[in-house]
Amino acid sequence: MLLNIFPQKSFGVSVGLFILLLIAPAIIPKFYTYILAVIFVTALLAMSLNLVVGHGGLFQFHHGVFYGVGAYVGGLILAKTSLPWWVAFIAGPIAAAVTGFLIGLFCIRLNRLYFGMLQISLGSLLWVIAFRWYDLTGGDDGIHGIPIPEFISSSKSSYYLVLIILCICLILLYLILKSPFGSALQAIRDNPERCAAVGINVRRHQLAAIVIATFFAGVAGILFVVVEGSIFPELLFWVLSLEIFIMCLLGGWFTFAGPILGAAVIVSLRTFVGTYTEYWTLILGVILILLIFFLPEGLMGYNFLAKFRSWSKRAAASSVD
Amino acid sequence: MEAGQGITLAAISSHLLVGLSRAMILFIVSSGLSFVLGVLRVPNVAHGSLYMIGAFAAHSIAGALGGGSLGFWSALILAPLFVAAISLIAERSLFCHLYEREHLMLLLFTFALMLILGDLTKMTFGADYRSIMAPEILQGSISIFGSPFPKYNLFLLIVGPVVAVGLWLFSNKTKIGKIARAAAVDREMVGAIGINVSWVFAFAFVLGCFLGGLGGALVSPTISVTIGMDHNIIIEAFLIVTIGGLGNMWGAMVGSLIFGITQSFGVLFWPQFAVVFPYAAVVIVLTLKPTGMLKSVW
Repeated sequence: MLLNIFPQKSFGVSVGLFILLLIAPAIIPKFYTYILAVIFVTALLAMSLNLVVGHGGLFQFHHGVFYGVGAYVGGLILAKTSLPWWVAFIAGPIAAAVTGFLIGLFCIRLNRLYFGMLQISLGSLLWVIAFRWYDLTGGDDGIHGIPIPEFISSSKSSYYLVLIILCICLILLYLILKSPFGSALQAIRDNPERCAAVGINVRRHQLAAIVIATFFAGVAGILFVVVEGSIFPELLFWVLSLEIFIMCLLGGWFTFAGPILGAAVIVSLRTFVGTYTEYWTLILGVILILLIFFLPEGLMGYNFLAKFRSWSKRAAASSVD
Repeated sequence: MEAGQGITLAAISSHLLVGLSRAMILFIVSSGLSFVLGVLRVPNVAHGSLYMIGAFAAHSIAGALGGGSLGFWSALILAPLFVAAISLIAERSLFCHLYEREHLMLLLFTFALMLILGDLTKMTFGADYRSIMAPEILQGSISIFGSPFPKYNLFLLIVGPVVAVGLWLFSNKTKIGKIARAAAVDREMVGAIGINVSWVFAFAFVLGCFLGGLGGALVSPTISVTIGMDHNIIIEAFLIVTIGGLGNMWGAMVGSLIFGITQSFGVLFWPQFAVVFPYAAVVIVLTLKPTGMLKSVW
């Protein structure tokens, strides 16, 4: 069945990559296994954001909040209650989706820029609560050393858990985008007035997209807890939200897998550049400016092959002259 | 919580005045943000960084001129000009080439500017805490309703309305202010009658950043100046602009007053969660009126 919905070529590439990643922990050092797991978590987060931004055309400026809510709810259940572990894994994403629904309900009435500003405002409220409520959330220190269930606590087993959940989520996201709902969403992005005219309920579609995206952000949040074993208020901070935005931009807004590539590039750069200099954000800023000016379509959106062909054609034409 | 004994008329009035003076700082910063938002329709994420640079520059200028009242007054003028110069360079070299692009790119550009300016500030000024002294005439406190009140805060209570009236006169009574307001409503039309819209935008951007720097310079005697003060102020300014009405200067004033006063009364009634009060006020306002209290400019 999957063969029918995936384009043949990229399906082969994905399966090959998946098998490579399956055997990777046996070969590469432990630290790289951890970095790969962080990349997977971040990639899922960026993918979920891209569902509403790239494919939905909404100004989802504060997506990090839902990631943080998922992580906090899941982490607090694991750390502070004696409920079984799977409750945290279900409650985290659901809490994120409920938060997404409530905030979305407010924001969806407004258009573009106001939508984004209102979302930042409401998201900051949640950030302040996480930042200040020392008794529950540990305030600005957060909570560290959250007890992770035995079978996924080692770096290898958490790697496999994150990898498998990421793959399931990617398949789900792909199916959602290829479904009639996904097509309607992209049509709304391109022309909301016309969609409304042909009888698509624009607001309801957008709200549904937000709820789906925030659910997956919550999944990423609980996976973050599994990988890092800690929660802290920076997860809900707006700087993180804009960083995810950069990942989507870097990979390519209008491509399916772009955000994964963006997340991989940004996380690995942060890890390896961060060991040489403390001025990582300066480098990130310069990268962002270069992207805005020279590669606004993103790495995957940019058609290198076509550019190369037209360039070589021009070169051939000029050599004939 | 021993709140009951602390709440007297004197305590209320002094907290009200502290809240008002805080609101004046917030107003000066957020009016700059609102002005840029109104004309360029871009939320300038780097505004907080310019505020921070204003505070750091005020410290360095006051120190270079040997502290004292001469140092302070010249810092108050030169630091915002320094910030304006930085923003002019950033605008003319990079930002102005993006006006034709979609708004998301403009927003992301200001985010990149914030990242770069934040680290450059850390490189130039270092990460340690610093503070500057108010001039002698503004030191100490006077007694209002039987409780001491810092003179510097009274000075802020004067500066805030002066800036508000100045900005109002500028945007309503001068030609360039009127052009800027017109460009906010319909930039194609303004361009069509032969006005260089790009320079109008540059001017609006620099003026907004100047106000951010002025806020930073004004706040520097009351707090310790350090890295990271940009992150807090930008969120507060965003909230104020949102509840006031995007791009509306008087909306920024109303929003600042709400924000400043709820914050200082929060300290009076429930110190641990004082920070939450203004945010709760924001949510209440936005629940009742999602587009802000006053009309936005577009």
